[in-house]
Amino acid sequence: MDLNLKEIKPYGDTLGDGAVQLSFTLPLKCGAHSTEAARRLVLSMGFSEAEVVNNVDIGEGFTFFVVYGKGCRSIDVTTIEVAQVKTSVWSRAECNTKAPEMFDRKLIVVGACIGEDAHTVGIDAIMNMKGFNGHYGLERYSGFESHNLGAQVTPENLLEKAIALKADAVLVSQVVTQRDIHMKNLTQFVEMVEASGKRNEMLLIAGGPRIDNALALELGYDAGFGRGSYAEDVASYILQELYRRKTSALA
Amino acid sequence: MTTSLGLDPKKIADLRKTADSITEKVRPLIKSNTTLTVERAVLRLMGLDGTDADGVPLPNVVVNHLRSILGGGIAIPVARGMLHHNLGINELAEKVSAGEISLLENTSVSRTRAEEFLTELVDEQLETIENNRKTREKMISDLGEGPKPWQYVIVATGNIYEDAIQAKAAAEKGADIIAVIRTTGQSLLDYIPYGITTEGFGGTYATQANFRHMRKALDEVSVKQGRYIRLVNYASGLCMPEIVVMGAFERLDMMLNDSMYGILFRDINPVRTFVDQYFSRMINAFSGMIINTGEDNYLTTADAIESAHTVLASDLINESFAKAAGLKPAQMGLGHAFEINPDTEDGFLMELAQALMLREIFPEAPLKYMPPTKFMSGDIFKGFIMNAMFNLAGVWSNQGIQLLGMLTEAMHTPFLHDRFLALENSRYIMNGARHIGDAVSINPDGIIAKRAHHVVDETVKFLHEVEFDGLLKSIAQGRFADISRTMDGGKGLAGVIEKNDDYSNPFALAMARKTGIGEEVTKWI
Ligand code: B12
Repeated sequence: MDLNLKEIKPYGDTLGDGAVQLSFTLPLKCGAHSTEAARRLVLSMGFSEAEVVNNVDIGEGFTFFVVYGKGCRSIDVTTIEVAQVKTSVWSRAECNTKAPEMFDRKLIVVGACIGEDAHTVGIDAIMNMKGFNGHYGLERYSGFESHNLGAQVTPENLLEKAIALKADAVLVSQVVTQRDIHMKNLTQFVEMVEASGKRNEMLLIAGGPRIDNALALELGYDAGFGRGSYAEDVASYILQELYRRKTSALA
Repeated sequence: MTTSLGLDPKKIADLRKTADSITEKVRPLIKSNTTLTVERAVLRLMGLDGTDADGVPLPNVVVNHLRSILGGGIAIPVARGMLHHNLGINELAEKVSAGEISLLENTSVSRTRAEEFLTELVDEQLETIENNRKTREKMISDLGEGPKPWQYVIVATGNIYEDAIQAKAAAEKGADIIAVIRTTGQSLLDYIPYGITTEGFGGTYATQANFRHMRKALDEVSVKQGRYIRLVNYASGLCMPEIVVMGAFERLDMMLNDSMYGILFRDINPVRTFVDQYFSRMINAFSGMIINTGEDNYLTTADAIESAHTVLASDLINESFAKAAGLKPAQMGLGHAFEINPDTEDGFLMELAQALMLREIFPEAPLKYMPPTKFMSGDIFKGFIMNAMFNLAGVWSNQGIQLLGMLTEAMHTPFLHDRFLALENSRYIMNGARHIGDAVSINPDGIIAKRAHHVVDETVKFLHEVEFDGLLKSIAQGRFADISRTMDGGKGLAGVIEKNDDYSNPFALAMARKTGIGEEVTKWI
């Protein structure tokens, strides 16, 4: 296939057809008029063709549309950079063997789901013995001592515990994101850590289904992990990043 | 008629006996304590509502004021104050808030006089609730209702006006039940916010004004659709009985009201929760509301195959507590869920087995069936099929309350069209397979029957262990939902108050007489 990386388009059944399926609701009564509105709306998104294939009344004067657009704009992928976590991922066994070669003590990790967010399964997946989906959590990693404070922990409490336990890394989970509540909570925590003067002493790692590394960096964290991440991702990152810092400090 | 699995009736009867013995051991704890929210609920039942000049809810003002004598119950001192000062309850509370009146001072009003006064007040107030029940019954008999499984959808915009629009749209497209899910964190508030609200995170505040607004919208659409649309809210957390009182006054039809959910999933103190759930459920029983229990949640933190028996065990415990509070089987929306990993071979058969099993064990209860949530992902197309399979299991096993799954479960609270698509999904499946339970019988030696028998046997073992250790210790050991909570841990313990000998809650006995538990109630409250 002859790909022009400077002009990538969605693929339907022919290279470059730019076919996209969309579905959305308009606050308009179902009929010919709103169907035309939906079609024009899709054209205005940058498609050269738009076909409304389904329009249905969904009550209270709203209409749901399914629309196929063709000939959508293209994207130059050669200029895109993604802020991915740069360290490589080691298996749990590798982490267990390498940790004592890199550090002469266990690394201390303190984690919580902060604010009013009561979702513990994510942070438990990373930290608890049992782990998730067949991937054991940090408690099963010999190089780590991990303290999971659970959910609904105030930022104050998390920071207090992190300082008291001399945490090398603090893990913050956020699952509820409505009205950007996760951004507020995450920001509040970073600001508190900075105000405490301990920011340089601990790695700050954010995680949750709507979090990625780029967002975490933007908010002032050292790294971020999203859906599908496991303890080995986090353990590998902590080991390699803290080792890098330790060795570059010596150099 | 639904397919029989041939479960042994004697085993089931034994399970119930064990569950009763488990709850019986918690009874003394419930009997000997009251809580801040129980006393605030009594004030609300007496007619107190509104806030003071600082925005503090008046029930909180009065309860805080009488904090030192709550062990005797709040009704008598407040009644004395009303008589002595010749004021209605709201005026009295406002003056207490302003510091103009103290209810701690002795009055000339005798206890007998206060009790007589309360008897009248209680009758009057309970009549309002009873009238709501009659209105509901009349609307249902005039308008009719959808066939079971009832189609249950949630609205959760955070803004009650927006919620009402979405609820009406859903009702027009086939929803039978609308749940307004509460905002993140409301369960940890030790008060009920006041008035209409338009700001919430992942849900909308439960306030009496919001209840009223939604009830009105649903009544309008019920008449328009010629089908009674039920309204649900959530009574868990630190204000369980108060939320139920508001629901009773505003004619809500269902209430999430689990005996252990707050303990496990919100880290509310166990004693607080057990005391609160009892009085809450009495009010539900009296007002004709259907309770929903939260066993489905267990399978989000524990594995759905390994821990299936904990769901049945908890349903039996919830049933036992509910019975003690006067709820009839038709008011028990006992919970369970479709949460087995979709990659499991024959996973659907196991789901069906569990759903049929519960149907057979609780023949009269309108079981509350939760859709897949944990394994819903960004692959909304796969999620849509998972929801279809869930709907098939629901209609097959004749569930009472089917919480429709949303294809976008993993991302956000439902968009308007997510709800519509969920209703279409269910309509198609349930219509197309309406009588499958009659038409197909289960091979007694097949996977489905065996799975059901296995779960029952596991439950027998599990409940005996819980009986042996006691419910509180079992919770501390993490036996439910893989979550451990201790008797002196969690939020709200400071709001538990030991009762003294002349404790009085005049609503309890009056309600108990009407729900049929009568004097039995004095063993519990
Ligand atoms: C289980 C669940 C619950 C359970 C939680 C039980 C518990 N103890 O955790 C219960 C029933 C209690 C619950 C309650 C509520 N929930 Co909920 N819940 C879910 C559900 C179904 C699954 C979440 C889950 O456990 N996923 C599995 C875990 C392993 O995945 P994860 O959290 O993404 O974690 C992974 C990664 O993100 C990452 N990760 C996560 N944290 C961290 C941290 C670090 C440091 C790192 C490195 C990585 C990491 O690693 C994990 C493993 O891969 C989701 C829907 C869904 N399918 O996602 C809704 C969902 C998250 N809930 C939601 C809501 C709104 C609520 C409520 C607010 C509803 C209400 N109004 O009452 C309440 C919350 C109340 C509160 N105070 O928070 C919404 C959130 C919407 C939004 N985007 O804001 C969702 C998406 C459902 C929906 N569509 O409405 N919920």
